Amino acid sequence: MKIVALLLALLCATSTVQAADLTVRDAWARATAGQSKIGSAYLTLKNTGATADRLVSATAPVAGAVELHTSIQDGDVMRMQKLDTIDLAPDATVEFKPSGLHIMLVDVAAPLKQGARFPLTLTFASGQNVTVEVAVMGPGASGPTVTHQH
Amino acid sequence: MSPEAQRGLKRAGLILLIGGGFLAVALGIGWVQTQRSAQTAADTSPVPIGGPFTLMDENGQAVTDQTYRGKWLLVFFGFTHCPDVCPTALNDIALTLDQLGPLAASVQPLFVTVDPERDTPEIVKDYTDAFHPSIVGLTGTPEQIADTAKTYRVYFKKVPQGDTYTMDHSGITYVMAPDGKFAAHFSPRTPIDTMAAKLRGLISGKKS
Ligand SMILES: [Cu+2]
Repeated sequence: MKIVALLLALLCATSTVQAADLTVRDAWARATAGQSKIGSAYLTLKNTGATADRLVSATAPVAGAVELHTSIQDGDVMRMQKLDTIDLAPDATVEFKPSGLHIMLVDVAAPLKQGARFPLTLTFASGQNVTVEVAVMGPGASGPTVTHQH
Repeated sequence: MSPEAQRGLKRAGLILLIGGGFLAVALGIGWVQTQRSAQTAADTSPVPIGGPFTLMDENGQAVTDQTYRGKWLLVFFGFTHCPDVCPTALNDIALTLDQLGPLAASVQPLFVTVDPERDTPEIVKDYTDAFHPSIVGLTGTPEQIADTAKTYRVYFKKVPQGDTYTMDHSGITYVMAPDGKFAAHFSPRTPIDTMAAKLRGLISGKKS
């Protein structure tokens, strides 16, 4: 199973999408677990321009709704919060990763299976829309490539 | 009193003095650890963590803490509408089991939902099996879940989010010994190697 995942990861080198002043790379999501209709996607955003921008929303045909979230560790308590927007200062890089910023996929119509891909469109305050292809990894994956723990 | 006996008495006094000093230091450390554990539920905690519970397992069977006597338990509280934090915790448990190899046979991971409203036995079964077949999902009535969380001194809270809700919850994984007593705990984001090493020590220490 792990070998299959590794091969898949090698086959699907993650893509970089460049819009005017924005770079989106390493977009990946976790496979939905069991009957769960909630998914989580991660990526790295970079504002290469000289003006600030803001991620204001996202959409994906695989999900009924897409929300911007963050997980906060408060002592030993984990909390999940919905964010309205995410600021992108000039030259700033914002990394979405497990137990931190994540793009929450709500009402996922069909299970997201490991190895699948789906488009995700990010909308920015500047009016730009950037569509990236998201690679679905394992249900507990911690990044866009499979790292063998042993 | 012979000089021999006097020397012996002096030595005894010295030993008592040194012993007393050690005792004072040990008590001091014990006190500091007790203070610390009161906040972080460390291994040395004097107040028991865990205890009797009655829940329903992923196959719809009523279970209690007694059901799992003889196994090292890894107890984690979470919920299935949790795509970010809970999969990380369950995946870490799965990778820890992999690292333990044959020793994993004496470990029973339990995923206790704090969201019994949405998490039926079937849902927790499918969810936990996505990470490792040996993780057992537990649910119950809201009262049973609240009682179990209280026994483990686990915090959880329903938080409205738009027209739905999310759950704040403790990210601690508890290790319970085969006799049902608290053995250790792992804070959120404890490295897999650390968890595996700790468990290996606990399990093999118990066996020898
Ligand atoms: Cu979320």
